[in-house]
Amino acid sequence: MLEIRDLHIYYGGIHAVKGISLSIPRGRIVTMVGANGAGKSSTVRAISGIVKAQGEIIYTREENGPSVNVLGLPSEDIVRLGIVQSPEGRRILPQLTVEENLRLGAYIRNDKEGVASDLDWVYSLFPRLRERAWQNGGTLSGGEQQMLAVGRALMSRPDLLMLDEPSLGLAPILVGEIFEIIRHINGLGKTVLLIEQNAFAALSIAHYAYILETGTVALEGQGMDLLHNPQVKEAYLGG
Amino acid sequence: MKSHPLRDPVCNLASIILLFVLLYIAEEYLDLYNKRILNLVAINTILALSLNLIYGFTGMFSLGHAGFMAVGAYVCTLLILTPGQKKSMWMLEPIQPWLEQLSFPLQLSNLFGGANNPALHEFAVQLGFFGAVLLGGLAAAIFGLFIALPVLRLGGDYLGIATLGFAEIIRVLITNLTPITNGALGIKGIPNHATLWWNFGWLVFTLYFIIALMRSNVGNVFKAVRDDEIAAKTMGVNSFFYRVLAFTIGAFFAGVGGALMAALLSTIDPKMYVMMLTFNVLMMVVAGGLGSITGSIIGSIVITVMLEWLRIVESPLNIFGFTLNGIPGMRMVIFSVLLLLIILFRREGLMGTREFSWDFVFRTGRKP
Repeated sequence: MLEIRDLHIYYGGIHAVKGISLSIPRGRIVTMVGANGAGKSSTVRAISGIVKAQGEIIYTREENGPSVNVLGLPSEDIVRLGIVQSPEGRRILPQLTVEENLRLGAYIRNDKEGVASDLDWVYSLFPRLRERAWQNGGTLSGGEQQMLAVGRALMSRPDLLMLDEPSLGLAPILVGEIFEIIRHINGLGKTVLLIEQNAFAALSIAHYAYILETGTVALEGQGMDLLHNPQVKEAYLGG
Repeated sequence: MKSHPLRDPVCNLASIILLFVLLYIAEEYLDLYNKRILNLVAINTILALSLNLIYGFTGMFSLGHAGFMAVGAYVCTLLILTPGQKKSMWMLEPIQPWLEQLSFPLQLSNLFGGANNPALHEFAVQLGFFGAVLLGGLAAAIFGLFIALPVLRLGGDYLGIATLGFAEIIRVLITNLTPITNGALGIKGIPNHATLWWNFGWLVFTLYFIIALMRSNVGNVFKAVRDDEIAAKTMGVNSFFYRVLAFTIGAFFAGVGGALMAALLSTIDPKMYVMMLTFNVLMMVVAGGLGSITGSIIGSIVITVMLEWLRIVESPLNIFGFTLNGIPGMRMVIFSVLLLLIILFRREGLMGTREFSWDFVFRTGRKP
């Protein structure tokens, strides 16, 4: 579905991503795991068109359909193509209510009934959000904000959902809940790119995983294989 | 947050009717000085609302308001002066002939045959004034659009400096385009069409427009662009487009405010449209609360009225037998201190980002 070839990202003089290539098959959960500064979020931002990059990002929306290179397209066009991210740090709009946040997520859509039914669907995924529908986004707890960020990304009805560190700063019990929902969303046929520092949780649910180190792919393989890989165990899973 | 489908429109309508009843009373019984303060309140509120849309709701620090007001004022004035007035006033250089003949009230009156029907003539004059104010706003909006396209790539303080520069450019252009604007001499004897009815009518329209805009999805997008541009982009929002949109709408209402102010003061010249004018409006917005429509209204009422009332301290005073000579400029000192107090103890302004709502009114009336 998405094929990244030889991606390079520079911030001023810093070469943050040094030739990453990866592929995301349709209907799968693919994860990028790595420490701070490995280039995970930069890669996601490049896919979304928020940072400039060099290389190729080939996107095929429909199976056997036409492919486009989304690199260099403006971010709003990329969202319209069905690639949506739930950004790092959640980025909830604090002054808007939960419902307004969710409705903004459906900004690109014009089908009123579809948006209403998706709103209902997101509320059924995250019942907590329905309770807080009239509250301002800024008043939510960290876990609720994360739910809102994921729900907001779902509201655009994406084909490829990219989640940037959904477990960041959450209590362990909430991490489990969020990952269960990611697996559920994937079960509904959505392709997911999951960015995580929490390697154990991410590798457990991913079909395929890339381990990034200082801007390059250090290792790749099936999620379960990497989970049992001694090298990975030592470096990321605490021995 | 919840709104009542029946109660709220009824209350809104009732308060608008009440406002116009009060205006009728004011028009009949108040003296000229107090009427003028009321007129200034209305115009300043329009200006504060337009700046709040740009700065408070969309987060663009713009200092170009005086420039947009100048455009609105000059366009409106040039459209309502009579050819005779223009001919006699442009002394340094004669006015452009095509412009000299342009006079909405006169031309409309001729069109309707107002020469032999005074009521029809009066209608034509008022309609001409309305058209002139509208065109003044549109001209300011066009200027706003052309300024927005290059400078809205900038953010924060840089945007402030760039817009300030553009406002000065507009002022210098007006000073030097003598065949059109009468240059530094300015324009005098502008017919005083800006009555309470027009000013408050435009105010109600502005208020309605901005409230409707902010309640729509567009309003939420403005706030999203202000609070978190990256988040807005990840939702597929073209943030630049919305910044330009907010700036242009803001410029339109600034132009309307400038046009009404010109018709109220009946004289304009380029020196009026310096930075201080922008700061006056900015002060009302910040004191009322950035991002609050209610705040802008309260801010402009309080500051406009206070600037007049504080004139007392500049006239000779007699307190407990001590006689003080009035100190010119004293009211600005008091005013600055008050502003400092607001900035020190209530940085978010009087209202913060809160809004007036009927729900609030009805809840306080009831026992919990």
